[in-house]
Amino acid sequence: MICLLNYIWSFMMLISIFCAATTGRMEILSNSILSGAEEAVSLIISMLGMMSLWGGLMKIAESGGLTLFLSRIFAPILRFLFPQYDVNSPASNAICMNIIANFLGLGNAATPFGVMAMREMNKTNKNKSTVNNSMAMFVVINTASLQLIPTFLCVLRQKHNSQSPFGIIPALWITSVAALLVGVSTAKILEKVFKNEC
Amino acid sequence: MNANIGVWAIPIIIFIIIISGLLKDVPLFDVFIKGAKEGLESTLLIAPSLIGLIVAVSMLKASGALDIFTSFISPLANKIGLPPEIVPLAILRPISGSGSIALLDNLFRVYGPDSQVGKIASIIMGATETTFYTAAVYLGSIGIKNSRHTIASALTADFTTIIVAIVIVKFLNVYAF
Repeated sequence: MICLLNYIWSFMMLISIFCAATTGRMEILSNSILSGAEEAVSLIISMLGMMSLWGGLMKIAESGGLTLFLSRIFAPILRFLFPQYDVNSPASNAICMNIIANFLGLGNAATPFGVMAMREMNKTNKNKSTVNNSMAMFVVINTASLQLIPTFLCVLRQKHNSQSPFGIIPALWITSVAALLVGVSTAKILEKVFKNEC
Repeated sequence: MNANIGVWAIPIIIFIIIISGLLKDVPLFDVFIKGAKEGLESTLLIAPSLIGLIVAVSMLKASGALDIFTSFISPLANKIGLPPEIVPLAILRPISGSGSIALLDNLFRVYGPDSQVGKIASIIMGATETTFYTAAVYLGSIGIKNSRHTIASALTADFTTIIVAIVIVKFLNVYAF
């Protein structure tokens, strides 16, 4: 478990080249290298806009005391999930905004808040290249995707003539909550097992 | 059907933020500029790791490695009751957002969104995220090299989604409205 990302990244590239060579997809692979870099840059350009817009709005929300107000509402949850950080800290403020944006299905706003939260959390992290328990918990919650109304999914269902495009939502909520609970519990248990650092 | 909630949400959030600043007499635009500058700087800082990671993911998708992986996983998927048609979606979902949307669209076209396959696919799509991508952006953005138990926990949650989706659709048939 030493500096995993170095190995994962190299492994992804090597296995791709190997698979493409054995399945005769070298041309597609070649193209994907170019298009991947292009895709990354267009993501970064759209992120530049969103990150500075939401960074600016976030600063206003902080100065106006709005994020403080939200952090107080979320305080019990925050204390349980992110015990390393004070409820009034900038990290907790960004976490609150990220959770709200995710819940409302605003992926474009959630990502900048999430990156801000990770940066704030890493400021007081002892080992900068290894996640602490709170940071791991934060990523797990973000990957679990608890969302009030999954607009896009319902639109796609309607496009294909579903009898009830929104009918799937109760089942979705049950599933999301179950997955979130399992994810959080797993993280809480595993954080005691994975103590090794880079 | 209208999807107005999404259209209203962002303007309303901006409205509330501006009002909260006005009430406290914050120099709104000055503060905005300061925060926006920090946002720009942090995006540029994470650019190199994003480029590296996204190219690797894009190579993995193009190489056919996922198809090979799917054929390995299929027997296991049958054991937990996951219809074989959904296996590619379940595997691609944590890796690629646009790729999994394309697969879902195809499943809806072939089986219909209200079929058993369509319902399980809907739940898997809606209740999980592009786990690897999200983790790569968040961890990569601040230069994390050791993510400890993060990926294992996130994938356990994704696996739970698949199991619960199968149980709900096959046995409980929760389908309200």
